[in-house]
Amino acid sequence: MATVPATAKVVVIGAGIVGNSLVHHLVELGWTDIVQLDKGPLPNPGGSTGHASNFIFPVDHSREITDLTLDSMRQYKEMGVFTESGGFEVARTEERMEELRRRMSSAKAWGIEAELVSPAFVQEKVPFLDPDQIIGAFWTPSVGVVDSLRAGTIMREKALASGHLTVLPNVEVEDLGVEDGRITKVVTDQGDIEAEYVVIACGVWSPKIGDMAGVKIALTPAVHQMISVGPCPQLAEREGEISFPIVRDMDTFCYERQHGADMEVGSYAHRAILHEPEEIPSIDQAKLSPTEMPFTEDDFDPQLEQALELMPELLGAEGAEIRYAINGLLSLTADGSPILGESEVKGLWVSAAVWIKEGPGVGRAVAEWMTHGHSEIDISHSDIARFYPHEREREHVRARTTESFIKTYGIVHPNEQYESDRGVRWSPMAEAQRALGAVFYETVGWERPWWYESNSGLVEKYGDAVMPREHEWDARWWSPIINAEHLAMRENAGVIDLTAFSIFDITGPGALSSVQRTCVAQCDVAVGKVIYTPVLDAKGGFLSDLTVMRLGEDHFRVVTGGAHGRADLQWFTRHLDEDASLHDSTEEISTIGLWGPRARDILASLTPDDVSDAGFGFLTNREIEVKGVDAPVLASRISYVGELGWELYVPFAQAAQLWDAVLDAGKGHGAVPVGIGVYGTTGRLEKGYRAYGAELDAERTIVEAGMQRPKVKAADFVGREAYLAQREAEPAAVLCTLTVDDHTSASGAKRYMLGGEPILTREGGTLTDGHGHHPYVTSAGSAPSLGKHVLLAYLPVDEARIGNELAVSYMEELYPVTVGSIDATPLLDPHNERIR
Amino acid sequence: MTNVLVCIKRVPDFSGEVLLAEDAQSADARFVGFTLSNHDSCAVELAVQVASATDGTATVLTVGSAESVEQLRSALGVGCAAAVLVEADPVALGPADVAREIAAAVRDHEAGGAGGGPGGGTTYDLVLLGNDAADSGDFQVGIRLAHELERPVVTGIKTVTVADGTATVHGDGAEGRETYAVPLPAVVTVLEGGVEPRYPTITGRMKAKKIPVETRTLMQAPTGSGRMRLTLPPAAPSTAEVLGEGPEAAGTVVDLLQKLGVGR
Repeated sequence: MATVPATAKVVVIGAGIVGNSLVHHLVELGWTDIVQLDKGPLPNPGGSTGHASNFIFPVDHSREITDLTLDSMRQYKEMGVFTESGGFEVARTEERMEELRRRMSSAKAWGIEAELVSPAFVQEKVPFLDPDQIIGAFWTPSVGVVDSLRAGTIMREKALASGHLTVLPNVEVEDLGVEDGRITKVVTDQGDIEAEYVVIACGVWSPKIGDMAGVKIALTPAVHQMISVGPCPQLAEREGEISFPIVRDMDTFCYERQHGADMEVGSYAHRAILHEPEEIPSIDQAKLSPTEMPFTEDDFDPQLEQALELMPELLGAEGAEIRYAINGLLSLTADGSPILGESEVKGLWVSAAVWIKEGPGVGRAVAEWMTHGHSEIDISHSDIARFYPHEREREHVRARTTESFIKTYGIVHPNEQYESDRGVRWSPMAEAQRALGAVFYETVGWERPWWYESNSGLVEKYGDAVMPREHEWDARWWSPIINAEHLAMRENAGVIDLTAFSIFDITGPGALSSVQRTCVAQCDVAVGKVIYTPVLDAKGGFLSDLTVMRLGEDHFRVVTGGAHGRADLQWFTRHLDEDASLHDSTEEISTIGLWGPRARDILASLTPDDVSDAGFGFLTNREIEVKGVDAPVLASRISYVGELGWELYVPFAQAAQLWDAVLDAGKGHGAVPVGIGVYGTTGRLEKGYRAYGAELDAERTIVEAGMQRPKVKAADFVGREAYLAQREAEPAAVLCTLTVDDHTSASGAKRYMLGGEPILTREGGTLTDGHGHHPYVTSAGSAPSLGKHVLLAYLPVDEARIGNELAVSYMEELYPVTVGSIDATPLLDPHNERIR
Repeated sequence: MTNVLVCIKRVPDFSGEVLLAEDAQSADARFVGFTLSNHDSCAVELAVQVASATDGTATVLTVGSAESVEQLRSALGVGCAAAVLVEADPVALGPADVAREIAAAVRDHEAGGAGGGPGGGTTYDLVLLGNDAADSGDFQVGIRLAHELERPVVTGIKTVTVADGTATVHGDGAEGRETYAVPLPAVVTVLEGGVEPRYPTITGRMKAKKIPVETRTLMQAPTGSGRMRLTLPPAAPSTAEVLGEGPEAAGTVVDLLQKLGVGR
């Protein structure tokens, strides 16, 4: 047995599916001097991998999770540990059938073979399922099971064979050494290892290990109950581990998965049963393994009945007994995504909250990220840097996972809001907003008014122009008031609370070179200019898009969306020059947007400063004095809604004054408070403005997004080389704006897409872009000023023709769409005259 | 027709390291949960077999916390038809208390209708218990119960069959296999190993949920066990012997398993 070495290039903590995959891919990418530790024995050290049910359904609504799953399936197959069984997601209710239709959208968008089938079809493949219990099913032939322990062993042993890996089972990590914000060593019960890199890949124990370095890893161990019933004669007569398709009984939140002669019944229907990482038993203390906790029967009893209902002859068979039952621990996060990437401690990486279906894919992606600074599959939704401080607290994770556990198999609307742990961050004018009947939605803790009930009268005023939605699903988490506010803004003016912006001030002699190196756009501009810029990774994929204001020779203010602001903060911090510093002003400066044809009149009535076009040009910023506000206001003339107006930056203490002053002054001009429903969707879509996280991500380029400028600055910046090459090459896809020509469904009801739907030929044929991907709707929303529903989608180059007639599939019906724009040219006001 | 009463105890499901509660009056089961001890599980299995073979009924009883209903349901799930909980703080009870309370329940049930109580005049021909509890290990309740009920008792038994009012019971004694013919009513304590306890079926488990549990209170204040505190024995030295590596070691492993008697 190997002894603990004194030094290593990288120490990987954990020998579950993630750690094993990681060491394999690190070796593949040329890493040497790797040490892998686990406190348990091999091949099953006792973590979640050891008791996983090991089945994989590839279709998920998230592209990122689907891509990681598909990559993992490919790797499992290469290792010869994948058995294809096929899988059904069965529906007992019409509501679920509708969700399965929506699932078809995702299947088509991600190019995964699937179909909706009848109960008889299911029964033919699963003869012991009572077809009278279901009304239909979603059939995925590529579903299968894997041997995750074997896969881990294969990957680990491959890495071992290279001679670059030392594996140390039965070694427990007791502490991590950090000096000057950098990981230095791993302290184990059998000696210290000095290391340049450390990866925490130990699943449910990760928070405990992270705490040793002061890094909060926001996952919680949670129970997933599973029983195994057998021997079932119908299964016993078949050879091998699995010969019948896996059944997910979606409406009861259960699954039935054959395992030899037994049927495993797993449940996501019980109350959320959460544990603390520190209170997981040791191997000696555990009954079976540390993550197989004692079964709590009462929680499972209702599922027994439902499972028996679905498969009475099998589960009620003579001699079929419940011979194994566990409360298995797995990792849950507040937003359901894994936790990957480099922590705030340099060299300390995390790869946790990963399930079997994503394990090998995550291992590859994280290894690539550690090697190149980026991965082939965009994993930004899983970036550990995404969490704001309150989101890393255990209370938050517990509250959110308690709420979301029951939604594991649930029908979750894309705009659905959490109910728990709300009201964490309020803008200074929240009280006034509540008085206006603001309906608050949450973004990274911020409570943001999505619309104001006080504007409900506008719905009547604008009538059908608000594009009312008659179908409950389309109208859920939505209000026609959003579109009414939009029209009022375009008619007069709107006042928008943008407090949730993340704001960083970069100062010092190295400020300019810091932002120059980080941003694509030329930042060496006159003081008082505003720059809109993409931020790229080294391979030329989007990391963000944001604005930068030059407030002084050595002072730049970066303003970015709240949702992604935390990751941007880490990126800018990591790319600071030595003689530059960054201050996070997010919680000090509030932002209020004032836009619309009357915006200038309103602002002029409040300030002695010159706000004429000549005196205050587009893309400039300046401090102004505003009546009734006891602090200077930094006004910045830009717009994300395509209207004349300003973003007004003001200290938190004076923000409520400014809000009241602008709304008061605006009253006579017809200005109304306007919510994020307009700012984030309708206003920007009419203008074709791209959003990071929707249109823009690390797998997309400036050229594909139609955002290239005539020139590229001479100064070097991250991704420059790749960007130059992209400009020379033919793009593989082109971001287009489409409008829906007819919303009428077969039932006669008008339907409105919400995003994620596949774009097909007019006849319903598949389209494929130069990446081999299929086009899908990246953003969808009303364009009330156009009277159209607008969709953004990356199309194959030869389909990107204005006037091209295509179709969008929504809930398994085709709706005609027409391409309206094949670059960033907005459908509304293409020459941007309104902004002037 | 033999009516069997089987008495069980809720005990921690330890298989590795044993943890004690802070007051050292009980074991801490938070990592392992609770179960029936193996002796109890075999007693339940025998009770169900005897009841089934003679068209009688098996009733399960425990003296313990309200949570012990979980163990009663387990027994109901594998074929017991009725359940009795004598609710009490198990830490406060001694073996004499437990024996007295079981005896009281037996007498009350036999008296049946008179007191209007449940049990309906059921006479328990056979009372089975696990030989000893996995946590407290007092080895006393069975014998004390027999004394209270003035019935014969055989301890350390592995199999039980009943015919013509006589129980034929087998056990392994120091001198070899022992067989007793015991006139009923009688008390028998069971050691694991004679029968393989069945697992519940889904239908059994569902049926068990619907059976009402008769709840009783203590007849009199417990006198306790006189136990001061529990202590853990010093950890047994762990000695691992490497039998070999890779496929070549398979033969050695098979030999060992057979030597241990777990190979088939």
